Amino acid sequence: MTIIVPFEPTSESTLPVLQRAKLDSAVCILPLLQHRIPGGFPSPADDYVEKELDLNSYLVRNKAATYFFRVIGNSMTGAHIHDGDMLVVDRSVEPKHGHIVLAVINNEYTVKRLYACNGVIELHAENPAYPPIRLREHEELQVWGVVVGTVARFIV
Amino acid sequence: MGSGSGDGSTFYRIIMSTGIIPVSRPLFALVDVNNFYVSCERAFNPNLINRPVVVLSNNDGCAVARSNEVKALGVKMGTPWFQLKDLAKQHGIVALSSNYTLYGDMSNRVMSILRDFSPHVEVYSIDECFLGLQGLQSLWPIPTGIGHKIRHRIRQWTTLPVCVGIGATKTLAKLANHIAKKQPAFHGVCDFSTMSYEQYEALLSTIDAGEVWGVGRQLNLHLNAAGIKTVQALRDTPPAWLRANFGVVIERLGYELRGISCLALEEVLAPKKQIISSRSFGQLIDHLTELSESVASHTSSAAEKLRRQNSVCNAIQVFIRTNPFREQEKQYSNCMTVPLPNASSDTRLLVRAALFGLKRIYRPGYAYKKAGVILTGIDSAAVHQESLFTLHGADDRSARLMKVLDQLNQRYGRETVSVFSVGSNKSWSMQRESMSPCYTTKWQDVPIAYAH
Repeated sequence: MTIIVPFEPTSESTLPVLQRAKLDSAVCILPLLQHRIPGGFPSPADDYVEKELDLNSYLVRNKAATYFFRVIGNSMTGAHIHDGDMLVVDRSVEPKHGHIVLAVINNEYTVKRLYACNGVIELHAENPAYPPIRLREHEELQVWGVVVGTVARFIV
Repeated sequence: MGSGSGDGSTFYRIIMSTGIIPVSRPLFALVDVNNFYVSCERAFNPNLINRPVVVLSNNDGCAVARSNEVKALGVKMGTPWFQLKDLAKQHGIVALSSNYTLYGDMSNRVMSILRDFSPHVEVYSIDECFLGLQGLQSLWPIPTGIGHKIRHRIRQWTTLPVCVGIGATKTLAKLANHIAKKQPAFHGVCDFSTMSYEQYEALLSTIDAGEVWGVGRQLNLHLNAAGIKTVQALRDTPPAWLRANFGVVIERLGYELRGISCLALEEVLAPKKQIISSRSFGQLIDHLTELSESVASHTSSAAEKLRRQNSVCNAIQVFIRTNPFREQEKQYSNCMTVPLPNASSDTRLLVRAALFGLKRIYRPGYAYKKAGVILTGIDSAAVHQESLFTLHGADDRSARLMKVLDQLNQRYGRETVSVFSVGSNKSWSMQRESMSPCYTTKWQDVPIAYAH
């Protein structure tokens, strides 16, 4: 119920005294219990309740630096990356030898394994049908980010 | 600034004698993304790198963001696209419609990275942010260091290039940012607090007073007439004179330039006192039905914003106008403020009030270009004045319904549930002919990684 208090300006800067509202017995009956209380023994698991599992926390290490890409092609099937999969790419990870990376080649994003040993830098496919990409001496390899996971959904 | 070494030693003596831990002086950084919209577009489209790119405003009207290549061609901010078409063909300028979904997501990433650097953050606009650096000396003994780290990390994590300006006041930080952007020698970080006195004075004496934050075109003309042409001259003008001639706001600006901080960080956004939702139509429309749909849709989105800040409004203004640039056509523009029976944030009540007003100002036979609404008399939902009579759209039932409406629209996309038939073919909606995909917010739009 809305209580309306008439405002009477007074010379003093005090608030008007609130009059006690008349109780309307028909309105004031409230259910004693707002919630059902189970009659049985309290659940022993109550103290052990934790947040449910969240795939984001499993796949994403750094939200501000993580981006998703969709895979087209079969050159990485040996690394369990298939056509149509979703790549989880983290730009805050420093690319190292052996990482699967997203590189920019001919203005396209390409997913490959980074081979960086003894001054040789190559991008290796994980499928014998695709030869490695070798960088010539003056060429600069642009790594956009490091692939930290993949997600796949199956048709059901 | 640079002459502070003397101050430093006296300060040191005071510490020795009293043993009081010094309270750090305020220090601010302004971080600003370079050519923000263009940089966001380039983040996911390597073809745009090193090419001239412009991003166009709503309805692809005029250039609102320009890459450096386009700036070098002399294209000014806000140039209408139709005037640019020849130049674009000649130089291969790529024009893109604005993709605010993408820019919003990239902005959130930048701001969340900045929150890792300082607990005091004021998001000033979609691409600008003030940081309070006071109290961080033990982590970053030289402020320039934090500037370079911020720049490097944002570049690495988001691809976006930023410039950082550092100064004792927000006005100085903003000025330093301007210098960092214009003078490549600074490598994107200009730090007034560690600059030598000579370099600082030399810089201030070469920069136009009009570049100072808060000095508009009119004021700059007045200052120039009074012989105040550079930032240095403006700083050395007595604040009392500034107050006498231009008022307290400019006096404060004078103090800020002298390194006395008058503008505090606004870390918490104050609720808006007025909410406007309007847009130009993709094509001219003349029917009341279509105008009504547009007004209802604008009212819905304004009401949603109103509820998001836990406010109610007391009146709604609806306005319509024809295209003033088509001088050959009949012109008409009108507006009407409709007071509400009681303060409310219920979309249904607001739409009814807006359409009531629209019907009264609508005149047939005109080609309308723009319509919109303004919510005014905004109060907090918690403290608004109650009415004696039955409340319209301000009771519990209404609040619950609006909550469900907002949740549905948030979860399943905008206008999943709407009040008033918002038609499926919106001839009045925005024209966005060449909008990039929403790379970071829609699964069907994520960029492609080739494995071939």
